[in-house]
Amino acid sequence: MKYHFQTAEELIKLTKRHNVPISEIAKLYESQRSGNAISTIRNKMKLTRDFMYKAVKTGIKSNKKSIMGISGGDAQKIYESLKNLKRMMGNKVTIRAMAYALAVSEQNARMGRIVAFPTAGGAGVVPGVLFSSAEHFKAGKRKLLRGLFCASAVGLIIAEGSTISAAKGGCQAEVGSAVAMAAAGLTEMRGGTPEQCFDASAIAFKSYLGLACDPLAGLVEVPCIKRNAIGCMNAIGASDMAMAGVQSYVPFDEVVRAARDIGRTMPRTIKETALGGLAITPTGNRVKKKLGLRITREL
Amino acid sequence: MDEISIFDIAGPIMVGPSSSHTAGACKIGQFARALFHGTPRKVTFYLHGSFAEVYKGHATDRALLGGILKMRTSDPLIKDSFKVAAKKKIKYEFKKKFLGKRYHPNTVKIVLENSRRKMSVIGSSVGGGVIEILKIDNFNIHLRGRAGKYLSLVVQHDKNKTVVPELKAKVDALKGIRVHDVEQRTYKGKTLSILHMGGRRIKLPEVIELEKTTKHVDFIRSLSKLEKQ
Ligand code: SF4
Repeated sequence: MKYHFQTAEELIKLTKRHNVPISEIAKLYESQRSGNAISTIRNKMKLTRDFMYKAVKTGIKSNKKSIMGISGGDAQKIYESLKNLKRMMGNKVTIRAMAYALAVSEQNARMGRIVAFPTAGGAGVVPGVLFSSAEHFKAGKRKLLRGLFCASAVGLIIAEGSTISAAKGGCQAEVGSAVAMAAAGLTEMRGGTPEQCFDASAIAFKSYLGLACDPLAGLVEVPCIKRNAIGCMNAIGASDMAMAGVQSYVPFDEVVRAARDIGRTMPRTIKETALGGLAITPTGNRVKKKLGLRITREL
Repeated sequence: MDEISIFDIAGPIMVGPSSSHTAGACKIGQFARALFHGTPRKVTFYLHGSFAEVYKGHATDRALLGGILKMRTSDPLIKDSFKVAAKKKIKYEFKKKFLGKRYHPNTVKIVLENSRRKMSVIGSSVGGGVIEILKIDNFNIHLRGRAGKYLSLVVQHDKNKTVVPELKAKVDALKGIRVHDVEQRTYKGKTLSILHMGGRRIKLPEVIELEKTTKHVDFIRSLSKLEKQ
């Protein structure tokens, strides 16, 4: 396959050979893989974007608690705080990104409709970062689509080289992947080079290596939802660093290898089993009891 | 032909809360239903690994059953799949069971039954809504269910050398479809063959025609119904 890539190195080479950004290679790859026209693929991504947007807009307005009642309503609080930015330390883009990420993740916990990007647990980060930034840029809508394609290409490399399953790699595989993807997507939207995209992505991803997946009672709510919000800060920070010329000392592909190794050696108790970490704190066990789950250990 | 789609990453569009434990589970259910063909009266789910530990909070149970009821991953009705199943008089049961070390932590064995037949399917949800079907009855297989198209035919037939070449020739003769490769597993005189195809999707009347005109075939199931997510 002409546009086949499995690593950042291969992908960067392709962008050089064809003199196009990462997002363009992503489209060509998909077109070749599926046999569909580029326009079909662009339309499919537009549809995906629209569903993501709907989840943001519904989530931001909703005060409803999740089914188990342990989350919900924070997106609105943060969104409200945009009215009084003087009280906040983050700027408009970052605060709004957090609000959007919370909105999507809270929707997810309510069993609302969302787009898994790359997974449902980390589904808030990419729309948070990219939608909020798109509102900041001129011609944001067009750039947004580029950001989404670029982010997907990065996710694909992580999925191939490591995993995006928390049961296999812990939260680095879910929120970690999402943050790495968002950092790259945002960097392309800002006009960064493919190398800068991967520097941003590597810097972001490194901060997530080894992160436990330890959700209370196995629900994708605590700590997941807020991790999505904070993940936006991380992605934006990493993108800022790359745009300022900071490079990742360890190249992206090697970070992916590290993630794979860590995922393999990580104990089962912190890989989406709710048998370790936050899940077995007194608070965690209280939620377990409420759900009728077995208590295995308490910290 | 086994490249991941960009839309495996950017998607699926789904109801929460988990792509592997909800959307993936739903897809495994859809596959099992498509393979079973017809309405099951009783469905038993054996949950393995992480599926067994955290299925309640992720609505894995409702999603699996939703898939059996042909719901899509984005169908808000998944929330109410227990009620829908009761209305359709489909009995269901969830059990925890260790299925073996070789399986991914997100794995389920589904046993479907009605008055005429019984079938078991083992599937894993490997992340981001991507699934793999690893066993159908006694046949160990490897079917990847990804975003986009599932252009495969699953055929059970007597163990002999003529069935697959005959089927392959018939499929290749259809306009716009070609068989790319064939996977086969044999168990006690029966063979399960999976024909991976390229091109357009095969139509149901064409599948029925194949089933009718080919000897020694027990059943043919097309998975292309599962195309759109
Ligand atoms: S803690 Fe686990 S369930 Fe929650 S977002 Fe991270 S990987 Fe997903």
